[in-house]
Amino acid sequence: MTLPFLQLTAGLYFAGTLLFLTYLLRRSHVVAKIALGVTCVGFAVHSVVLASQVFSVEGLKGVTFHTALSFFSWSLVCVFLLVVLRQRLYVLGSFILPLAFLSSASAVVVPSETSAIQPVVQAVWVHVTLSMLGTVGFAVAFVAGLMYLIQDRLLKSKHFNVLSFRLPPLDALDALNQRSIVLGFPLLTLGILTGAVSARLTFGEYVSWNSEQIWALVTWVFYLVVLMGRITVGWRAKKAAYLTIVGFTGVLLTFLGVMLKDTTPSVSS
Amino acid sequence: MKHVIVVGLSHKTAPVELRELLVVPDSRIGEALNRLMARARIREGMVLQTCNRVEVYAVVDHADAGFSDVQQFFVETHLSVSAAMLLPHLYRHAGDRALAHLFRVTSSLDSMVVGEPQILGQVKDAFRLALTHNSSGVILNKLVKKAISVAKRIRSETRIAENAVSVSYAAVELARKVFSDFSARTAMLVGAGEMAKLAARHLVKNGVRHVLLTTRNPARAGSLAERFHGTSIPFGDFLGELSKADIVLCSTGASHYLIGPEDVQRAVRERWNRPMFLIDVSVPRNIDPEVRHVDNAFLFDIDDLEGHVEQNRDERTREAARAEGIVKEEVGVILKWLQSLEATPAIVALRQRADAIKHAEMQKALSRFGTLTAQQREALDGLASGIVNKLLHGSLVALKSAAQSSDGSVYIEAARRFYGLEYPSPLPSPSKREGNGTEEAERVAERRKSEADQSDTEDPSHEPADESDKRNVAQRASSL
Repeated sequence: MTLPFLQLTAGLYFAGTLLFLTYLLRRSHVVAKIALGVTCVGFAVHSVVLASQVFSVEGLKGVTFHTALSFFSWSLVCVFLLVVLRQRLYVLGSFILPLAFLSSASAVVVPSETSAIQPVVQAVWVHVTLSMLGTVGFAVAFVAGLMYLIQDRLLKSKHFNVLSFRLPPLDALDALNQRSIVLGFPLLTLGILTGAVSARLTFGEYVSWNSEQIWALVTWVFYLVVLMGRITVGWRAKKAAYLTIVGFTGVLLTFLGVMLKDTTPSVSS
Repeated sequence: MKHVIVVGLSHKTAPVELRELLVVPDSRIGEALNRLMARARIREGMVLQTCNRVEVYAVVDHADAGFSDVQQFFVETHLSVSAAMLLPHLYRHAGDRALAHLFRVTSSLDSMVVGEPQILGQVKDAFRLALTHNSSGVILNKLVKKAISVAKRIRSETRIAENAVSVSYAAVELARKVFSDFSARTAMLVGAGEMAKLAARHLVKNGVRHVLLTTRNPARAGSLAERFHGTSIPFGDFLGELSKADIVLCSTGASHYLIGPEDVQRAVRERWNRPMFLIDVSVPRNIDPEVRHVDNAFLFDIDDLEGHVEQNRDERTREAARAEGIVKEEVGVILKWLQSLEATPAIVALRQRADAIKHAEMQKALSRFGTLTAQQREALDGLASGIVNKLLHGSLVALKSAAQSSDGSVYIEAARRFYGLEYPSPLPSPSKREGNGTEEAERVAERRKSEADQSDTEDPSHEPADESDKRNVAQRASSL
């Protein structure tokens, strides 16, 4: 029922993506305003879609991977809008909007009816929300790392084009990277814990060692190492940028794995 | 006719690697000027060298011969540079183009950062050196003074200096690509070159609170530290303190690398990979270019800064066009002066000859008349003067107006022959140089000396303008 609206949202995010990419290559500021406007409209439609799902008959009980992806892209855009509101960092849109579009488009593709998990506890939405918010943190860290590497490369090669003009200073990007992980990591930790608890209540086991759970743990350990490395041995700047990019690529692969499993007819545990 | 020429290279024609080879240390500039002036065909000369350019301005009899003389001078002065290396990068201008070039350079229209203020002082320094070593004469004196006044006029009449971002400012802009907030940052100033000091001032203005300074001369470091409210560190220890600096500005007169990649690598490690921003405005460079391969260290030399400055250039194009108009106008004025200069000695000689004849004839007449009343004497004098003046008038007017045309020298030669003037021919003669080189050189030197004396009596303002200028020279000498 909500699918056409989600399609509309994805379409708007796609338009936002194109506009923000144009902004990256043009000196005009008008494009950024238009892009932001389109993104806001998309975000509003998206909010309505999510709200109608939450307050529908099935409500929070039927949290599926479809909803999770949709929520992920919604919170990405939400974080982006909050950052823009505070720092006028429009260029972030050129990197976040493509991600938001991809995940909302994936949500459109993933069937909304089949639910991988039939939890007995209603509280599974807490697990999904926390995990997704943690992932949003890593996504922003990834985007910051990407921008860091681009700016680093431009500075090293002495190319002072419009892109280097648009991108924020290196230390700001490194700080954004750090903050995103510092916020994302505890959220993911809580997400994993609530997931374990809900699994225990549903299946009687905290961990069933399926591929998603293993990947989630690997991700968790990876980001723990990244965070500790920053604090203890100075894994910051370029190294941190590389690590967060690698880490988030892992997260994306996990998503892709889950998605493929969900879209294939044989539904596993 | 004498020609003004310029031969040189700048950031627009030559890479920093070549420019740094051509810089003559201030201590040896006198020697270089003497070598330049030893060439008989060069009448006057001045060497202008900055971080971005090395140029020789000269007054010569024949432009082409002058060009080859100055080129030879470059090659002889810098033994490490071969003619083949140098020639593709040299520009050569003569006549109005040379004048326009001098004016443009002095007005900072040819600078890496259009409108930057340092160049005017550098031209003044070069001129002062030329005066000290007697290599500047009537023509260069006038030209350089004119160039300075043109620069001042352009600064006051156009808005070029208003948004004149100097290279140092560009350095600050680049630092912003690495650091968003300067207030928590530490800058280290190695050496006390003008450009680095300006950059440090910009950084402090933009919020840098902590400045570390080091120079070879501890007393200077102390006074600089006072000026920037910074901390002075001994020159021998600065590499050990490198890790404390977020921004390093290097500008010393050292002829070798002071900071190598391993120093920066160690500093970055000690900083836990926090990025470092290094600017090297010294020519020759003081930071090993290999540093750019160190992760999290960003090194920019003076040529890189130009690349950055390129971006803002469009905004200044309009004002620059107005400034170019002023340059063109002033070149016209000075060209007229140069041409009239050619006629002036002939006019003076003619007048003197006529006066001498008049005087002699008067004496003869007076001795014949015996005693005369004052009134009669006056009448006689008036008669003689009247005849002389009326006779000369046409010739003088013709000479003056011919001086501004291209065939002026023909008229001057005619006057020389008609009136038997003892004045060297302005027309080229084939046997002029080759025969007696040493004699000619001596004559040139003598004339130059008398010209310099003349110009000094004419206008005492050639001397260093005031105490502060002298101090600047001393400062520059010690910092470079």
